[in-house]
Formats: sequence, structure tokens, C-alpha cells
Amino acid sequence: MMDGIWPAVLGRFTWSALPFVRAWQNPTINEIIGAGAAMMVIVGAASVIALITIKGRWRYLWREWLTSLDHKKIGIMYVVLAFVMLSRALVEAVLMRMQQAAAVNAPGFVEPDHFAQLFSTHGSIMIFFMAMPFLTGIINYVMPLQIGARDVSFPLLNSISLWLTGGAAGLIMVSLVIGRFSTGGWSGYPPYTELAFSPDVGPDYWIWAVTLGSIASTLSGLNFAVTIYKERCPGMTFMRMPLFVWTALCTSILMIFAMPPLTVATALLALDRYVGFHFFTNDLGGNMMNYANLFWLFGHPEVYILILPAFGVYSEVVSTFSSKELYGYTSLVWATMTIAVLSFTVWVHHFFTMGQSANLNAVFGIATMTIGVPTGVKIYDWIWTMFRGEVRFTVPMLYSLAFMMTFVLGGFTGILLAFPPLDYLVHNTLFLIAHFHNMLIPGLLYGMLAATHYWFPKAFGFRLNEKWGRIAFGCWVVGFYLAFMPLYVLGAGGAARRSQAFFEPAFRPWLYVAGVGALILASGLASLFVQLWVSMRDRDANRVFVGDPWDGRGLEWSTSAPPPEYNYANLPVVAGRDPFFDGKRKGDPYGAPEDYHDIDMPRNSMVGPVSGTVGAMLGFGLVWHIWWLSILCLVTLIGTVIARSFVRDVQRVIPAADIARIEQRWHDAIAQARAIPRERETMTVNEGLAEVTV
Amino acid sequence: MNAGEVKHPGLNLGSTDTDTHEQAEGDVFGFWVFLMSDAVIFALLFAVYGTMLAATAGGPTPADAYKLGPTFAETLTLLTSSLTFGMASIAVKYEASGSVLFGWLAITLALGLAFLGLELHDFATMIGEGAYPARSGFLSSFFALVPLHGLHVLAGCLWLVVMIVQLSTFGLDARVKINLLRLGLFWHFLDIVWIAIFSIVYLQGLIR
Ligand SMILES: [Cu+2]
Repeated sequence: MMDGIWPAVLGRFTWSALPFVRAWQNPTINEIIGAGAAMMVIVGAASVIALITIKGRWRYLWREWLTSLDHKKIGIMYVVLAFVMLSRALVEAVLMRMQQAAAVNAPGFVEPDHFAQLFSTHGSIMIFFMAMPFLTGIINYVMPLQIGARDVSFPLLNSISLWLTGGAAGLIMVSLVIGRFSTGGWSGYPPYTELAFSPDVGPDYWIWAVTLGSIASTLSGLNFAVTIYKERCPGMTFMRMPLFVWTALCTSILMIFAMPPLTVATALLALDRYVGFHFFTNDLGGNMMNYANLFWLFGHPEVYILILPAFGVYSEVVSTFSSKELYGYTSLVWATMTIAVLSFTVWVHHFFTMGQSANLNAVFGIATMTIGVPTGVKIYDWIWTMFRGEVRFTVPMLYSLAFMMTFVLGGFTGILLAFPPLDYLVHNTLFLIAHFHNMLIPGLLYGMLAATHYWFPKAFGFRLNEKWGRIAFGCWVVGFYLAFMPLYVLGAGGAARRSQAFFEPAFRPWLYVAGVGALILASGLASLFVQLWVSMRDRDANRVFVGDPWDGRGLEWSTSAPPPEYNYANLPVVAGRDPFFDGKRKGDPYGAPEDYHDIDMPRNSMVGPVSGTVGAMLGFGLVWHIWWLSILCLVTLIGTVIARSFVRDVQRVIPAADIARIEQRWHDAIAQARAIPRERETMTVNEGLAEVTV
Repeated sequence: MNAGEVKHPGLNLGSTDTDTHEQAEGDVFGFWVFLMSDAVIFALLFAVYGTMLAATAGGPTPADAYKLGPTFAETLTLLTSSLTFGMASIAVKYEASGSVLFGWLAITLALGLAFLGLELHDFATMIGEGAYPARSGFLSSFFALVPLHGLHVLAGCLWLVVMIVQLSTFGLDARVKINLLRLGLFWHFLDIVWIAIFSIVYLQGLIR
């Protein structure tokens, strides 16, 4: 009856795209899990909206957070997004392990197609919407403070990047409720993801979510690199930058050059799927090896985009909690740059088995192994930093130590995989899964968790609960070993990755252990949420307004906690590598300036929220072939950018009098605070003023 | 000498205050970085094109599909538009009267549109002769690379229109000048990409 109209309005949407409808028509456990997940998204989103409405906080949220261009607030929002997505992807991981443990010579409870969606979303979310926002958020928060800057070079672009990432993550969440996700894994290999094999909406959700996310990351990388080149305070030469800034710089450069290959790969796949091009199809001259090359030209550097910032965090943490200058600063800088360059020379190791010549495999195998050298340099430097230092085993330090042990193990298995003949034996098995989780959990997640514990008091003005931090730490470490060591055994025994069921009874005990490990990892995340709640409850007892709870070394500790919007009333002048630490040893590190000046800060802007929302709607329209919506969104996006270019009144002045008042309050607090020795830093007496000993 | 009178050697802002020069340095550097990232996209599409030259699947070959004459005309049009944009930059730097600047920008816009018209006509001819993108991997890679450059030119034309409107709204204020600087980089970048397209896509295609 309405046949002509509905396809034009709703594209290829039909009622069976809703998981509730499917579960109603076919009430199996599999469909009910799908409907339950969709319910969780809806209930979760609805309750957040309801809570904000009931508390009447929309205006506050909009003015203080969503439209803010302050790098500190943008950083915090990125980290919040990362935790939301981490929760979802971890639940999926647990579900997959439970399924596999239940599915030895049995069907289990999740059907193959659903299982394929689980590993595809798990991988895509963990890489693009957990890891990337997490490290982008930490860099956003910390880096400008560390280089003594007011903000990043392009604050509005920063907000746009955040919102595009958020919109892309939203698109993945929507795929739980409307339609389905790709079954092509996080790497989306064609020809499987081509129209001929996957005609449904799944790969399109993957394409547009990843494309939006990769554009956002390119822009973030650009913004950070320009900030580090152009916004360093006087005296902050390159070789005086904190190591975290160095890793942020190398990560940013990698983003600038490694994200475009991903954009090209997804765009060409989209051309194949939408307008019948033949890049990666099986027929008419398509060549999927081009996809493999494009994807891994991004994919391998991506590993170092993820890991380098964590290396930076460990450098800061190890030095601070050993009360020692970082050992081998220069070698750490060179190692970082070497890793960044080498990361572009090894991508073929992701497809050793796809038929290129032995010579080529040998070259790329050797190139891969050389990355172990600069990484080894770093490990030695951290060990020498601790050597004869006054090491305090706080939570960030514990993560750093666990990282050093665990990461070395993962490095060994990486060397194994770098031998093409060995790779032939274990490729596409759980051995590989064990290896890269062995690298990324200590090399990214531990690093980011160490970073949150380390800089949280700076960002919010109170410390996180130490006891729950240790419980969470224990869960992450024990859970990691239980969940992933068995996978080495299983992989060596030939258990294929991405398997929904197994037929080898000998796998069963190892799968059980891995399942228990996954549950403990989930408890680790739960403990972090408990920790956050407990810390917020006790926040008044743990305030560190003075701003230096750990006897810190870099500039970021020389402001109040949280820092004022403008970061520094007068931009600092730096004369060494640990400027704040040196200042404390030489005398008065907080010396109040004689006079204050007006400071220009960027006004809030709704361009970010608008572009993120419209970008996500554009993706949604494309997924469902709702052309009117896609065109409308595209026009709105372009129109927003043009309209913004006509806005002239983009700066807001903070008057000198306000700054004087804010700074005076802080200096009064410093004068009243009691300095504490380092061994009491985890107790409530810590107000953020460190006792200076030589 | 008054710092405000100094003309920055690398920036075509004309004489202006130091703050604006400093602001422009960051902005222009950022745009260079963006162009480098964009250049990676083109480089990869060139690489893909190179691997797909032979993937004609029995359809038109490069020699069948390309016509050197119209492409040469496109090249001349685009190169001339870079020259006229250069004249516009000089007009900004040496503070020529507003109408001179308007004139050069308008000529650049007209040449850009002419280029697009010629290119579209070219594509239409190709498609009319059976060389359409879905025909083969080779034609897919051609129709991803060359029209992407065209889309960039289209974006540049839109940007030119916006700048002409802004010039008449705000005059030559600091932000208009900085945006003209960035647009200039963008426009010359497209020229360089086109030279690569002309030699790697068209000339190479005909030599084989
Ligand atoms: Cu790799």
C-alpha cells in the first residue's frame, strides 16, 4: 500500500531489524541476549537522560562541558567515553569466553552469526573507541599542562574531534538496537565484507563508525603535533620536554600519517559496496591484497599509537615514585623516535601466509624483530631509574611494574611470531590473540589506568582510594594471566581464533581457566567503578588543592588541583628537565607574580556537538540507505563549517582581577597547608604539599 | 623600525602586528600538516592505481580510455589558476586596492570552475564510451583518484566563494588574511597533485 513511500523515507529498514521483534518472533537464548543488550543500551541512555533532567543539570552540562573548548574538560570527556566503551567490550569478551567454555562438542548459547558480531564489535570498540579515546583524553589533559601552554593550538578542532569520536561510538551503540553489526572482525577484510558475501547493514555500520573515528584521530594528531611544536613555554626546548610529551608527539605524528591509510581502505570498501566499484571484489579485476596492505599500513603503526603514550606514562610514574631523575632520558627519546619510524616498516608481518615470496617475508620478519631493540632500551632505562631510588609502591607504580614483567613476555612471543615459518604454524590461532592481548593490556590499558591514578588528583582535586585501587590492580593482573596464558597453549594446540565452538575435548580445561580469567578481569573493571564511588564519597578527606600530591617533577604539578581554566596565570619559564622539582629544591616554587594580566580564552562553541551528532546521523543515513537524511546531514555539516567561519567574536577575556582572586585563594591554601613526607602521601594528611628533602 | 611595519618573509599577510604574525605561523603550520596528511591519501590512491593498471578485466585499457588533448587543456587551466591565486596573494601582501584582490580571486574561481567543467565533460565522454567505474578494477582506481582531486577543486571553489563574501563583509581583517593564506596553500597543493595525475595517470597510461 505504502510501498512507494516507505523505502524512500526509511531506506532499507524493516521491523525485523529491531532485536526485540526478532526475539519476539524467535525466542531463543541467542535472540534474547541480543534483545537484552539492546534493552541495556536504551535503558542506560534513557536513565542518564532522565537523571540529568531530574537534577536539572542540562544547562550546566551544556555550558560547562559539552560545548567547552577547554582541553582539560575535553580530555576528561574522552576518558569517560573510553570507560563506557570499555565496559561494553569487556562484557562482550566475557560472553565470548563463556560461550567457548560451554561449546566444546556442544552448541553453547550464542549462535555463530551472533558470535561473529561479538568479536567484531569487541575488537573494533577496544581499538577505536576504548584505546584511542583513552590515550587521546590523557594526552589532551596532560600534555598542554606539561609544556606550559594555555590550551592546544586549535581548541575548536579539538572539540570537533571529541564529538566525531563520540558520534562514531554512538553509531556502534545504535547497531545494537537497530539492525546488526559487521561479522567481518575488527579488520573488516573483503571480499568477505563485500556486498556479495555480506549484503546486510553490518559492514556499513563498521565502515562509517571507523571512518568517522579515523578522521577524528587524524585531526587530534594534527592538533597535538602543532601544539607541541608551537605552544611550548619559554625555555621548554625539545630535549627538556617530559617524556610523556615526547611519546605524545611521536604518537601524533603516527596518527597524521597512519590514519589516512585506514580512511582510504574504508572509503574504497564503501565505494565497492555502495556504487559497485571493483577494488576488493573477487571479480572484474578486484584485488583484496590491496586492502590488506592499506589496512595494515595503518594497523601496525596503530599498535604504536596505542603503546607509545603508555611508555610516556610509565616514564613519568617510575621517575616520580622512585624519587629519581629519569635514567637515560636521551636514549628514551631516541628509542621512542626509532619505534615510531620502524613501525611503518613491518606491516607485511600481518599476512606472512598470504603468498608473497620468502625473501619479502624474511625482510619484514627481520624488520619486525628490530623493534625489540629500542623497546629493550626503554625497559632497561626504567629499571635503572628505580635502581637505588626511593621506590614507593603506589597503584600507578604497581601497574608500571606489572607492565614491565608482562610486556617482556609478550615481546618474546612477538619474536616467535616474527619468524615467518613459525607464523605459518600458529597464524589465525588463539596464540596470536594471546600475543596481542599480552602487548595491549599491559602496554595500553595498564598505562592508561596508571595515568588515571597518577593524574586524577590533578584533574579533580582529590586522590583516588588506594585500597580499591590495589584490589582492581590485583584483578587486572591475575585476570590477565588466567585469561590469556591458556590461549598460548590453546593456540599452539591449533585452536582457531574467532571460533564459536570447539571439537577437541582437551581444550576444555584451558577454556575454563580462560573463562575464569575473563570474569576476574570484569571484576577488575567493577572494582574501578567501586573505587570511583568510594573516592567521590570521601573526597573531602582526600583533597589536594595545593596540587602536588606525589612530590612531582614536571610543570603540571606546579598549578592548583584542579588547575584554573587558563592553566597558568603567567606562562612558566623553564631552565631544565624537571623544572618544578628543581624549583622545590632551590626555594620557592610557587612564587606569586607581581602582577596579573587579562587572559584571552576561547568562547564555548556548539560546532563540536553539532558536527558529532550530524556526523553520526550521516553515518546512520548511509548505513540504512536513507538518502534524504544523508544529504541533509552533509549539507548541514558543510553549512556549519561555513557559518562558523563568519563568527568573529570567538574570544572571551578573563579579567586580571578575577585571576588575581583565583590565584590568591590558591596561595593562601599553600601557606596554610602542611608539607608531608613521601611515605605519608597515600594518607588523608596529604593536602598536595610535598616536604622538600634533598 | 616599528615591529608593526615588518613584512614577514614567509607569510603574505602584509604589514601587521607581531601577534597576528605569530597566530598565522601556528595556523599555517597546522594547515601544512593537514596537507601532508591529505597527501598520504593521494599517495596511497596512486599506489593502488599503479597496482590496478593491468586489471582491465577485458574492458577499456588506459590507451582506449584517455584523451590527451582535453586533459592538456585541463592542465593549462589549473596551472593558470595557480598563477592568478599567486597574484591575489601578492595583492594581499602589498595591499593593493580591494578591487584588484577581488579581481584575481574571481578569475581564479572562474578558472577553477572551467577546470571542473572540462573534467566533467571528460568523465562523461569516458563513461559514454563504456569506460565506467564499475567496469573493472583499473577503471575503479581511476575513478577514485581523479574525481577525488576534482572534489578537492570543488571544495576550493566553494572556499573561494566564501572568501569573496567574507572580503566584502569584513574587509581584509586578520582572519580573512590567514584564511586566504591557507586557501592559497590548498590551491597550489591541488596543482601539484594534478601534475602527478597528469604524468602518472594520463601520460603513463598512454605510454603503455
Ligand atoms: Cu604488526
